[in-house]
Amino acid sequence: MIRSMIIIIGFIVLAPFIGGLLEGIDRKISARMQRRVGPPITQPFMDVAKLFNKEFLSVNKQQLFLLLAHLFFVVFAGSMFFIGSDLLMVFFSLSTAAMFMVMAASSTHTPYTGVGTMRELMQMMCCEPMELLTAVGFYLASGMAKTGIEKSFLVSDLIHSNVSAIMYLPGFFIGFVFILTIKFRKSPFDLSTSHHAHQEVVKGITAEFSGGAYAITEIAEWYEEVMLLAVVGLFIVNSNPISYLVAALVVIFVYFLEILIDNTSARVKWDLMFKITWGVIIVFGGINLFLLENVSSFMKFFQ
Amino acid sequence: MKSFHKSPWLIHYDASSCNGCDIEVLACTMPRFDVERFGIINTGNPMHADIFCVTGGVNDQNKDVVKQIYDQIPEPKVVLAIGTCACTGGIFKECYNILGGVDQVIPVDVYVPGCAARPESIIDGVVKALSLYQEKHEKMVKEGRGLPEDPALDED
Ligand code: SF4
Repeated sequence: MIRSMIIIIGFIVLAPFIGGLLEGIDRKISARMQRRVGPPITQPFMDVAKLFNKEFLSVNKQQLFLLLAHLFFVVFAGSMFFIGSDLLMVFFSLSTAAMFMVMAASSTHTPYTGVGTMRELMQMMCCEPMELLTAVGFYLASGMAKTGIEKSFLVSDLIHSNVSAIMYLPGFFIGFVFILTIKFRKSPFDLSTSHHAHQEVVKGITAEFSGGAYAITEIAEWYEEVMLLAVVGLFIVNSNPISYLVAALVVIFVYFLEILIDNTSARVKWDLMFKITWGVIIVFGGINLFLLENVSSFMKFFQ
Repeated sequence: MKSFHKSPWLIHYDASSCNGCDIEVLACTMPRFDVERFGIINTGNPMHADIFCVTGGVNDQNKDVVKQIYDQIPEPKVVLAIGTCACTGGIFKECYNILGGVDQVIPVDVYVPGCAARPESIIDGVVKALSLYQEKHEKMVKEGRGLPEDPALDED
């Protein structure tokens, strides 16, 4: 109990720092890729501090509440994950958080947020199946790695398996990394809102959030980023302590890959995003799931 | 707060510029001048902006647009008139539809002269704008405006 409390407090305090620094590094690397100098890596913190000092402009009063609810559920999902709770619950809270974001944006009824909200829903339709499949994949893999032991959705059980989950779930890993591009709002899938100025729907879903409200969405994004990268790490982690080091390296590599994709691709239309994402999910996730199911039944047959 | 000096976000609006000044504003964000190294971002959204950069003189058709963008920027905000046209109407001053400089419709804080204004002078203008921004923020805090419990919000 006390251990969980410490982990939750640690997550609440440290995650924004890690997330903010990651974003700062992202902006620096992106700038270097474009042969610019780029801002200092502490820039995201200065941006957020400034935003909190701006006037709070909003057309209604629900917006702030809904955004705080968004932040709460993202933090809740992250805390659940790090105390080793149920992976399905984690992803469900994340979807709830996303719904609050959509509600906060659509409460303003402006054209740009309207378009942004529609696109956000499309993005959710692309991400969510893979998130659920990932949870299911971990569940099935946990049953295979530790023969004779119950299958489990609990993160605390998953990290004690004797084989890294990626050995059973390479397709799921590819699918999950693929949807991270959508989750991190990176090109080519930064449809609903973009970190860059070249956005055809102004700022899409975040267009109506001014000052502190926008700062809250930024902070929520940092929490979410840390949590999702931790899920990437979960694919690698096993009972061997060295695997944590490998997981950290893989996470860094995946993050770099996202930055590279962001800087080398142009935004696609929503229908193409839909086709590509579902294609990847069905081909990699689906085949992996099929093999996993059949291999386990074969193994049962021969036991 | 020191953070203002390091995170000014711009919104750029082309009133009736010949595009000369617009290209110079965009040139500021390119690798040669790279204003992002000072934390300056060209955001397309007035709700997120701190500094309003207007190029070109204001005409009859877009004076309301300029006013509306100005109103949508949350306090504190600073207006930058970039180029001779934005300062006074410039070469277009005598046109039948031009009202004159941007200061005819909204209060301007910093004038950046030049036809076209050089990227260096635009960056200088932004730096000038930042100290004004700081002053305006202090004034805003003193008057207690801009906080979520602002009674103006209760109208709904
Ligand atoms: S100041 Fe010169 S370059 Fe700038 S908009 Fe006017 S005419 Fe064009």
